[in-house]
Amino acid sequence: MAEFSWIDGLAGGAMIGAAAALLLLIDGRIAGISGILGGLLDRRAGEIAWRAAFVIGLLAGPLLVLTLGGTVTVRPQASLEVLIVAGLLVGFGTRMGGGCTSGHGICGLARLSPRSMAATATFFAAALLTVAFVRHVIGA
Amino acid sequence: MTRILTSLLVGALFGGGLTVSGMIDPARVLGFLDVAGRWDPTLALVMIGALGVTLPAFAWARRAGAAPLRSATFDFPTRRDIDRRLIAGAAIFGVGWGLSGLCPGPGISALASGLVPIFAFAAAMIAGMALFHLWNRRGGG
Repeated sequence: MAEFSWIDGLAGGAMIGAAAALLLLIDGRIAGISGILGGLLDRRAGEIAWRAAFVIGLLAGPLLVLTLGGTVTVRPQASLEVLIVAGLLVGFGTRMGGGCTSGHGICGLARLSPRSMAATATFFAAALLTVAFVRHVIGA
Repeated sequence: MTRILTSLLVGALFGGGLTVSGMIDPARVLGFLDVAGRWDPTLALVMIGALGVTLPAFAWARRAGAAPLRSATFDFPTRRDIDRRLIAGAAIFGVGWGLSGLCPGPGISALASGLVPIFAFAAAMIAGMALFHLWNRRGGG
C-alpha cells in the first residue's frame, strides 16, 4: 500500500469542495453525485444536459490529472461478483437514502442538515462494520 | 450552453480532486474504513479539505437575500425529518461501500482507469438506481 500524503488528501479534498461550492454559487445546484446520476435516469426535461456534462467531467478529471503529469491509481480489491453486488447496493441505497458521500457527506454536512448528519453517520458505521466483518471475521 | 460548460468544468474539478486525493482508489478508501488494519487517514483529510471550502460557501449561500449567479434560487433540500428510508438507504449504501471501497463519484471517475471490475461496479450501480426507481414507483416499502 502506497504511503498516504497529507497534502494530496487536503488539496484533493479542497478541489472537491471547490467544485461543490462553484456548482452551488453559480447554478444553485447541490453536487450530490448519486442525485445527479439518478436524475439522468428520471429523464426530466431540461435536467439532462447539465447532468450528463457533469458526469463527462467526472470521467475527464482523472484523464486531465494524468495529462498534467499526475498519477491515476485504481486498485480494485474485491472479486467481480462482490463488486456487482456492491454496485447494486450502492445504487439502490444512495437513491433510497437520498444521497451519498458527496450529497450528504460534503454538501449536507456543510448545510448542517440533521438528515445528512444521520445519513453520514449511518453509512460510515455500516461501511466500517462491513470492512471489519469481511477482513477480520471471515478473513477475505 | 454556458450552464453545460460550467457543469463539465465543475465535474472535471470534482473528478480531479477525487484523483489527486486518491479517493478513486478503492484500496485507499478501504484502508481508511479498515480501522483494525494498517489505517490510512487520507479520507478524513479529504473530508476536512472539502468541508473547509463548503462550510463557508454554504453559510454564505444561506444568508438572507443570497442568490446563485445564474439561477433564481438555491436548490436546497427542504426535508428535516429523519425517517426509516433515510437510515435504511444509508445503511444499504454503507454495506456496498464497505464491500467495494467505491461510492458513486469514484465509481464513475475510476472508469477512466479502463479496468473491467470498475465497469462492472458502475453498471451494477446504475442498475441499482434503476431498481430503486421501479420499486419506488410501485409503492416502495
